[in-house]
Amino acid sequence: MNAADTVFIIMSSAMVMFMTPGLALFYGGLTRSKNVLGTIMHSFIALGIITLVWILWGYSLAFGSDIAGLLGGLDFLGLAGVGPQPNPDLAANLPHMVFMIFQCMFAIITVALISGGFAERMKFSTFILFIILWSTFVYSPLCHWVWGGGWMGELGALDFAGGAVVHMSSGSAALAAALLLGPRKGFGKQAFIPHNLPMTITGAAILWFGWFGFNAGSALAADGLAANAFVATHIAASTAALGWLIVEKIHRGKPTTLGAASGSVAGLVAITPAAGFVGPISALIIGICAGLVCYCGVLLKEKLAYDDSLDVVGIHGLGGIWGALATGLFASTAINSGGADGLFAGNPAQLGIQAISILATCLFTFVATFIILKFLDKTIGLRVSQEEEEQGLDLSLHSETGYKF
Amino acid sequence: MKKLEIIIRPFKLEEIKEKLTSLGITGMTVLEVKGFGRQKGHTEIYRGAEYQIDLVPKIKIEVVLEESLLEQALRIASDAAKTGKVGDGKIFISSVDNALRIRTGEDGINAL
Repeated sequence: MNAADTVFIIMSSAMVMFMTPGLALFYGGLTRSKNVLGTIMHSFIALGIITLVWILWGYSLAFGSDIAGLLGGLDFLGLAGVGPQPNPDLAANLPHMVFMIFQCMFAIITVALISGGFAERMKFSTFILFIILWSTFVYSPLCHWVWGGGWMGELGALDFAGGAVVHMSSGSAALAAALLLGPRKGFGKQAFIPHNLPMTITGAAILWFGWFGFNAGSALAADGLAANAFVATHIAASTAALGWLIVEKIHRGKPTTLGAASGSVAGLVAITPAAGFVGPISALIIGICAGLVCYCGVLLKEKLAYDDSLDVVGIHGLGGIWGALATGLFASTAINSGGADGLFAGNPAQLGIQAISILATCLFTFVATFIILKFLDKTIGLRVSQEEEEQGLDLSLHSETGYKF
Repeated sequence: MKKLEIIIRPFKLEEIKEKLTSLGITGMTVLEVKGFGRQKGHTEIYRGAEYQIDLVPKIKIEVVLEESLLEQALRIASDAAKTGKVGDGKIFISSVDNALRIRTGEDGINAL
């Protein structure tokens, strides 16, 4: 056990926890004022619900002893055997509890991310059941595939901090949800305009800050690799903000603050799988391209007419896919001897492996999410009534309003 | 007594307020309003998508004054509010029957 590593991962866990309320503000500012609390609540309640799921069975399904490369066993049910001593199979340098709680924060923010796809129209009771089912049947298996000793990790797919597990999965789930729930009332006729951009930008700033814990912490040690991930993360966020603003200026003539915030988040998403495998200049290129790719990704929604309210598909889905591919292009064993070389370091096979991981993640998540939501649709229904939607979720679901005048 | 409802571009408020005050007008009510005239709306851009916003934010100043000040007040207000571009606003003029100062019970011009 290593004291410095333990301190670092405990602090990183706190930073990743802070990302979820940060996301709540990021999303909350993007909705209409009548739905600000309902939207914030989706993220905030995830802190409660998913923590419960994670300690009772989620952690075990993700990191318990491997069953056929697909799922973790039940050995850690209710955190049995997860104590202050290290578990050498998972992290020999950290108390097992620290590893568990760090991973818990990832499970929480992933379901919170999905909520942007169906913002402003989902029933609260359905949302709670949905995240319990989704975390159990989608997040835990996927997490096992990549980090828990499952088939994707064994195949050699590189995902440093959760490009597949967190971002591609939440993007694909959001797409399935947006298609199944259908568009918000008035979609395409009314303008749905963000009601509080300073709130959104505050949220983006908290996300950026917390992401250092997310990516650098994923080194699981206070070492050079963590430093590399920290620097790559910061570079990609900065350059992606610039990339987004450049293409926005060319396309629409004005650079926007929402563009700067969205671009930085796109860069953070894209660098997530790569942060511990690529150097600073690769991170710069990954960032710039993330700004361009995600800007175009967000425009897709208008062309295809699905109502992904807060652009989870465009930013987390496409940003995650670009990040996974970019990892296959730019990864280098000179940065991380425990990783692999990518295409530009003379190993084209890695790009193929990354492509397989993208297809598997998106397909599995999309189909599983579709089934879960279809089941909920047939049993308790997905959407609030038209009247409740018109009134706004704050008043109709939570009996409060965000602003008093 | 006459009432002016002066609808202006928000950034013109300070200038008009100062000039009307120096003319001897002793009170006014200012409202933040939204509306449209011939200017119609403006466009806003969020994540690459353009939205047409029909209702534009404006400021409405309500002033009640004695008739002798009307001509000058109209001229001062319209001069100050003018930029020459569509969207400068409008002034509506109407007659007021009476006014009452609540504290003292004075009425008519004395109440202004």
